[in-house]
Amino acid sequence: MTILMLALLLLLLSGVAAFLLRSRPTAASVAGAAGPVAAAMLALVPALTVLRGGEVLSTELPWAMPFGRFCVQLDALSALFILPILGLSALGAVYGIEYLRPYIGKYSIGSSWLCYNLLVASMVLVCLARNALLFLLAWELMAFSSFFLVAFENRRKEVRNAAWTYLVATHIGTAFLLPMFLSFGQAAGSLDFAQFAGCLGPAQAGVCFVLAVIGFGTKAGIMPLHVWLPEAHPAAPSHVSAVMSGVMLKTGIYGLVRVLSFLVATPGAPPAWWGWLLLIVGAVSGILGVLFALAQHDLKRLLAYHSVENIGIIILGLGVGLIGLSAGAPVVAALGFAGGLLHVVNHAVFKGLLFLGAGSVLHAVHTREIDHLGGLLRRMPLTGLTFLTGAVAISGLPPLNGFISEFLIYAGAFQGTVNGAAPVAAPLVLVILALALIGGLAVACFTKAFGIVFLGEPRGAAAAAAHESGRLMTVPMLLLAGACLAGGLLAPFLLPALATAVAPLAGAAAIAPLQTAGPLLVWVSGISAGVLLAALLFAAWKRWLLTGRDVRRAVTWDCGYAAPSPRMQYTASSFAQPLTDFFEVLLRTRKHMRLPDVHFPTAANIETETPDVSRESLYAPLFNATGRVLSRVRVMQSGCIQVYVLYLVLTLLVLLIWKL
Amino acid sequence: MTSAPLVHLFLGLLLAPLLLGVINRTKAFFAGRRGPPVLQLYWDLAKLLRKGAVYSQTTTWVFQAGPVVGLAAVLAALALIPFGGAAAPLHFNGDLLLLAYVLGLMRFFTVVAALDTGSSFEGMGASREVQFAALAEPALLLALAAAARKAGSLSLSGILPAAVPLSPELALAAGALVIVFLCENSRVPFDDPNTHLELTMIHEVMVLDHSGPDLALILYSAALKLWVLGALIVGMLVPTVAGVPWVANTVIGLAGMLLLAVVVGVVESVTARVRLVRVPHLLAAAGALAALAFVLVLR
Repeated sequence: MTILMLALLLLLLSGVAAFLLRSRPTAASVAGAAGPVAAAMLALVPALTVLRGGEVLSTELPWAMPFGRFCVQLDALSALFILPILGLSALGAVYGIEYLRPYIGKYSIGSSWLCYNLLVASMVLVCLARNALLFLLAWELMAFSSFFLVAFENRRKEVRNAAWTYLVATHIGTAFLLPMFLSFGQAAGSLDFAQFAGCLGPAQAGVCFVLAVIGFGTKAGIMPLHVWLPEAHPAAPSHVSAVMSGVMLKTGIYGLVRVLSFLVATPGAPPAWWGWLLLIVGAVSGILGVLFALAQHDLKRLLAYHSVENIGIIILGLGVGLIGLSAGAPVVAALGFAGGLLHVVNHAVFKGLLFLGAGSVLHAVHTREIDHLGGLLRRMPLTGLTFLTGAVAISGLPPLNGFISEFLIYAGAFQGTVNGAAPVAAPLVLVILALALIGGLAVACFTKAFGIVFLGEPRGAAAAAAHESGRLMTVPMLLLAGACLAGGLLAPFLLPALATAVAPLAGAAAIAPLQTAGPLLVWVSGISAGVLLAALLFAAWKRWLLTGRDVRRAVTWDCGYAAPSPRMQYTASSFAQPLTDFFEVLLRTRKHMRLPDVHFPTAANIETETPDVSRESLYAPLFNATGRVLSRVRVMQSGCIQVYVLYLVLTLLVLLIWKL
Repeated sequence: MTSAPLVHLFLGLLLAPLLLGVINRTKAFFAGRRGPPVLQLYWDLAKLLRKGAVYSQTTTWVFQAGPVVGLAAVLAALALIPFGGAAAPLHFNGDLLLLAYVLGLMRFFTVVAALDTGSSFEGMGASREVQFAALAEPALLLALAAAARKAGSLSLSGILPAAVPLSPELALAAGALVIVFLCENSRVPFDDPNTHLELTMIHEVMVLDHSGPDLALILYSAALKLWVLGALIVGMLVPTVAGVPWVANTVIGLAGMLLLAVVVGVVESVTARVRLVRVPHLLAAAGALAALAFVLVLR
């Protein structure tokens, strides 16, 4: 535990050092990035030890705070979240050194590093805290440090708006967490997590469950509470987007899982509706997330919506686990929870990778508009290769890591569907349906993202002049791509670690059924490796066949047209159009068209935009109404000093009379 | 018994191109033509493998990776599919998921290889392919879930050999699978393998720029995919006889596959392609059939 505290201290020191060096940006970058890297290396040992079944570490530091105690603990669940947090933050930091270079002289690099290190430290503290007050303080520190990071390019209006949206949304979430922790505290007589388990009655537990889903769900980005996500992620610098999307969202999942571990200890819990609620939330987030992603034209916005989708998959996994628990089916429960938690780690790896890739594209081409890109694989071979790896992984396809976690969730759902009674099989078959649809749509979305951005011919001069990013940016991406492959091929070795992490949720009874899944993963990984090997063999065979033969280069077949130009290529919007049209009811895409109307038309165009439905029809009316009501209060603000003095006197009088 | 899975694997590798020959002969019969030889695809493959290749200047290694990844993936699918009442060469609980997802991997690489050419035609085909696949996927998995619950097994090698022929649930699930089968293999009424207009193609247009050995790999992979999904339907509908040597069941299975090929030929001869905008409705119908099958099993 001392090591972890040391890591936290290092993060703070490196952040402060970067801030003090802010007049020398290059030095500040190195100083700021050193902290996360060192912290990740330090924390690796204790986290891995705990995950491998080692002793749970805990300690308490002196802290003079009413109701608060600085007690921290590292158990398997915390370790499972801390590893990706520190790992991705370290890689993001290295990447950030180069990524931030063009901003030197325009924005304050040093302050950005201070916030980055604070964000990393607060995320780690959120996962370690074992006292509600400490947890909430770390939670708020996380919100504020990430707010400043999102607002990095603060001279751009849309960036400022995005940051404010984020700040408001995240605090609405926190507003639901306060009453939840308070009712826990009241029932347990203390704000220490150690007293929370099973302290609530069934009715209260139900209320707290809903509060936790809304409160933590806002941070995690479930539909329809995700409004801040598609705004904040594109606005933030890319390494920050990677950390926010890859791991900061997961602190919401962590909070939910931690609170669930208190709640499932309630006698008679969990009732079936908890599982149903999570399944519905997960399915809605997953399906709508990927549909909105499909309709986007902005690469980073597309990735942000995909985070909503993946959070949906994670929630589906947790829902399968709860259904299994309430039906007394330990195998279903263990597989569902394990799949959900493994997807947390996997999503951190491939979404981190994809955001870094998008950043690399942005760095080279200075646009996020998918339809202005194209042909980047030739110009940026490493970014292209790693982005393709991430795209296959996030589509949940073998042989990469995304398939493994989806396989576990599917396996849990199938297990319950095949062997369970009708009340268990019915919700679980919905999970299968949702996952299948999400999987198919994700393939559509990522063939679009990779295909239009990296393949074909460049659709603009900037894309044609693109160049590969430097080593500080490509090496982190290569490492993450390697992790995607390792997560797919070495999956059986991850299972024991998962079993220890799942134990607080599904109980010790979950460990045995998870071990039966081991041989299945050996099959999956084995066959995946076989596919990979076979593909390499066929490639070599084809190359051997073609040696010495007539291999020519020609233009792409274009139906005999004489002058093909890059503008004639299919665009991302047209690629997605059949699907976005089919799901128009949900997406409400707006089209602005000028159709060719004369016999020899000279100009015609079509523009589409898909604004966020939840922002437009839920948040905007709500906030506008609130604004209207509160504007009446403005009458009191006359601007006349005598009136304010009168308010003071009146208040004093009222207080005096009340106390008499 | 132990050699049965390997023999079946070998039969699949050997006979898959034959199915297309049978389909084409059936269509020719209905059209009153003589049609190409039944073994035409074998000659095509042999010829293509001996040729050189023409690659578009726009393409990268992704274009060349498409066919090889596709073949590797569909071979894995072939190894997972049981045939003639015997277990598959590779089988474990949950192999049905791996089957669905290796086919997904094949699709992913076919689509990105098509997009690599930068051609609008191929982009169009790719766009249609991912749309139909996204809608076919839920129907496929739902039908498999219904069959899995019926058999009480999570492995294809437990589901198909235990299939009771003529049970209404399996008939419905198989009905859904037939629609998915026609869609995934780009047959009429979803796609017309014989069309000559790039604008109306789906699968054919995605592989327009492939030539030589690349095209051979693609044609062979497509034949194998037809075999894999066909074996799934035949396994559900054609009964296996207990108490006879496995060779007899293999012959019954082969007869079922040939019959399926004839049925596909008949369907292609007597129906027209549906309009592209109507395709999702047909796939939704497949989903509805599968859902009905599942409700019946759940009862």
